[in-house]
Amino acid sequence: MAKVFIYPATSLILSDLVARFGHSPLSAAIQIRERIQTPGLDSPPLQITPEEPKKGLKYAAVEVPSGVRGRMSLYGPMIEKAEAAIIINDADYAFGCMGCARTNELIKFLVRSSGIPVLDLNYPKSEGEGEEFVAAIHAFLKELGESG
Amino acid sequence: MTEYKPLYVGTVTKYVFVESPDMTPGDLAIRAYEISRGVMIKETCFGLQITGKEEDVNAVIGMLRELDPAHIFVKDRGFPPGDPRRCRANLGGARPGYYGHEFEISLIRNVSKGLESLASRDPERVPNPPSPESGMALDISKLKKIIESMEG
Repeated sequence: MAKVFIYPATSLILSDLVARFGHSPLSAAIQIRERIQTPGLDSPPLQITPEEPKKGLKYAAVEVPSGVRGRMSLYGPMIEKAEAAIIINDADYAFGCMGCARTNELIKFLVRSSGIPVLDLNYPKSEGEGEEFVAAIHAFLKELGESG
Repeated sequence: MTEYKPLYVGTVTKYVFVESPDMTPGDLAIRAYEISRGVMIKETCFGLQITGKEEDVNAVIGMLRELDPAHIFVKDRGFPPGDPRRCRANLGGARPGYYGHEFEISLIRNVSKGLESLASRDPERVPNPPSPESGMALDISKLKKIIESMEG
């Protein structure tokens, strides 16, 4: 069972398909759950404390906004642990009320420069594309299982 | 800052989405209650949230998936159900993660079709998935619409 980083890290489709085909998806929920279930000082809504941007310094320089560094304290350790990654490139919702475009760029850069196998996709817009989309993920994960 | 005491420590929460022509979230909930084994189940408009020990939650989800494998989708959730920091009953409006789910659910029938056809697919056939390289940067019809909107 390989640890597979998924982007967007909140994707239902990727999280389900990776788990369905027998691997372990690394998604944002796991990192958030870890913080939500750890006692400490109340820091709503996500229990992101002033410590997180300090941890993010490992991935981004000090002049980078604290929002990017705070997010990287969630995503950075997952990218380090990942043995493979699946990236959906046309996920517009990853930038908005909870997302950050610069963090997304940094995540993709770190994934690509880490040397792990990466599957680049777009969302399937038709049933035909859906068949190819699922088959591509299945083949990618099957290969991981054989090599791992 | 005040002291924070977490609830439901040591549990996991998972979303179960159902997008099926043969099954409603209500049907899924009834079946889930039958096999719940002490896990906490919350019904939602799209399916369920299941909270409990990881092995119990996975066992229930495994049985639920068998009902309609290509149309039931599962993902982890960081917060337990009804958490006042996330629950829309306290905040008003949709919670932030809802928009992502709404978008993906609109495409999920294509994924269901892919799952259904996977078993009958020739294993030697190389997949040609939608990827950033496969599409045109800007569709002509989209460009035309942009020009027309600017002229108006």
